[in-house]
Amino acid sequence: MTPYILYNLVQAAFVIGLSPLFVGILNRAKEMVQSKRGPSIFQPYRDLRKLFSKDEVVSSDATWIFRFTPYVVFTTPIFVTLLIPVLTRFPLFFAFAGDMLAAGSVLALGGFFAALAAIDTANPYGPMGASRTRMVSFLAEPVFMIVFFTVSFVAGSTIPYIVQAKWVTPPANFFEPDHLLLLLAFFMIILAENGRIPVDNPSGHFELAMIDESKGLEYSGRGAALMKWGGYMKLTVLMIVFLNVLLVPWGLSASLDPLQVLLAILLVAMKILAFIVVLVFIESSLAKLRLFRIPEFLGAAFIICVAAMISQLFIGGVS
Amino acid sequence: MTAWLNPLNDLAGGLFLLTAFAMVATRQVRGCLRFFVLQSFCLIASALLIGAMTGVKELFIVAGINLITKPIVIPWLLRRSVPREIYAHREIALALSVPTALLIALAIAVFSYFAGRMLIGGAEVTTLLSNVPIGIAGLLIGAYTIAVRREALPQLLGLLAMENGAFFLGVAFTPQLPLPLIAEIAAAFDTLIIVVPVGILTRSIHERAGTTEVGSLTKLKEERLP
Repeated sequence: MTPYILYNLVQAAFVIGLSPLFVGILNRAKEMVQSKRGPSIFQPYRDLRKLFSKDEVVSSDATWIFRFTPYVVFTTPIFVTLLIPVLTRFPLFFAFAGDMLAAGSVLALGGFFAALAAIDTANPYGPMGASRTRMVSFLAEPVFMIVFFTVSFVAGSTIPYIVQAKWVTPPANFFEPDHLLLLLAFFMIILAENGRIPVDNPSGHFELAMIDESKGLEYSGRGAALMKWGGYMKLTVLMIVFLNVLLVPWGLSASLDPLQVLLAILLVAMKILAFIVVLVFIESSLAKLRLFRIPEFLGAAFIICVAAMISQLFIGGVS
Repeated sequence: MTAWLNPLNDLAGGLFLLTAFAMVATRQVRGCLRFFVLQSFCLIASALLIGAMTGVKELFIVAGINLITKPIVIPWLLRRSVPREIYAHREIALALSVPTALLIALAIAVFSYFAGRMLIGGAEVTTLLSNVPIGIAGLLIGAYTIAVRREALPQLLGLLAMENGAFFLGVAFTPQLPLPLIAEIAAAFDTLIIVVPVGILTRSIHERAGTTEVGSLTKLKEERLP
C-alpha cells in the first residue's frame, strides 16, 4: 500500500517540478525556430521565484474569490495528476478515486474560478478575456465529452489506466480509424484549452486580443506565481493524458521497481519533448485565428470526434 | 495475412468521410480541389485494399482508372479551363454559416449510417460495413455541397464528390456481384465528360457576367450581338 501512495506522490512531484521546465523548453525552441536566441529554458523557474518573493497587491474591492482562486488553479491539475497514468502502467492508490469525467470536471473547476476571479476586480480587460475563455471552453466541452465517451466505450471503462491498457496491448487497435480521428480531435482541443496558437497567442501581450492570458492580469506576487504555475501544470497534464493514454501508451513502468520508474520518468519526458517539437512547428507555421473563426475550428474538432464515434459504433462495434 | 488490411480500409473510409466534411467547409476553391484529390486517394486506397483482400482483379483496374482521372486529369482540365477561378484567393460564400453547414453534414452522415445498415441487412462482410455507409454519406454530402455552395466550381466539385461516394460504395460490392468492368470504366469517363462542359460553361459565364457566384446571377443580362 505504502509504495502505491508514494509513487502517486512521485507522479504529482513530476508534474509540479518539471512543468515549468517543459514550458521553458517550449518557449526557447519557439524563439530558436524564429532565429533568435531566446531565454534560458530555466526562465520559468526564475520567474516563479521572483514572483514568490514579491509583495502581493489586491484591489480593495476584490472579494474572497480573488484571493482563493490562485490556490484552486494551482491545486486542480495536481488532483488530476493523481488520477491519470503518468509514470506507471498499473493503477496507483488514487486511480479509482475518479474517472476521466471527474478529471475533466476538476480541470474545468480551475477554469471556472479563474474566470470568476477575472470578473471579480472589474478591470475592463478581465471580464472580456474571461468571457472569451468561457466561449472557447464551452465549445470545447462537447468535444471533450465525446472523446471521453468514445474511448471509454472502446475500452469498456472510464478509468484512464484501463483505457491506457486497451491501446497498449494489441497494436492492431492502434490504427483503427476512430482512434486516429480521436487523436486529431483531442489534439485540437489541447491547443484550444491551453490558449496555444491557432486559437490564442500565448506570447501576445495586447490586451484586446488576449484570451487565456487576460485571466491573470490582475494578479501580482504570490497569486501571479500560482496562476502561472497552474497554467504550466495544466498544459503538462493534458499533454500527459494525450501521450500516455491515447497516442503513445508505451514506455511506462510495469512494476514498482524504482529503477523502472526512473526510466519511465526519462521516457515520459522524452515523449513530452517530442510533443513540444510538434507544438513548436504548429505555433511557428500557423497564424492566430480571428475570434469569430474559433467556433469553426472547434466545430471541426467536434465533427472529427463525432465521425470517430459513429465509425466506432457502426464499424468497430461489429467487426 | 489480410486481417491487418481491414483496419486500413476502415481508416481510408474514415479519412474519406473527413474529406467530404472538409469540402463542405473549406473557404477557398483551391483547398476544395485539394480535398477532392485527397478524397480520390482515399477511394483509390480502399479499392486497392479490397482488391488485395478479395483478389478481384477488376478492382486494381478501377483503382488505376481513378488514379489517372481524378488526381491528375480533372485538376489539369480545371486548371486549363478556369484558371482564374482556381487560383483566386478570395473566400467563397456559403449559404449557411460554417458550423451550421457542418452540423447538417454530420446529421446526413449519421442518417447514411442507418441507411447503410439497412441496405447491408445481415451480410457479415466487413468491407461492406465500412464502405457502404461511408459511400452513401459521400454521395449525400456531395449533393449537400452542391446545395450549400454558392459558386460554380465548388458545385462541380460537389458533383464529383457524389461520384466518388458512389464509387466508394461500388468497390465494396464488386467482389460480391459480378459487375461488368465496362460500367466502372463508363462511370470514370463520365466524370471527365462532366468536367469539360461544366468548365467551359463556367468560363463563358465568367466572361459574360464577370462572376460565377450563383447568388448574383439572378438578373437577366441582355447582350448585343456582334
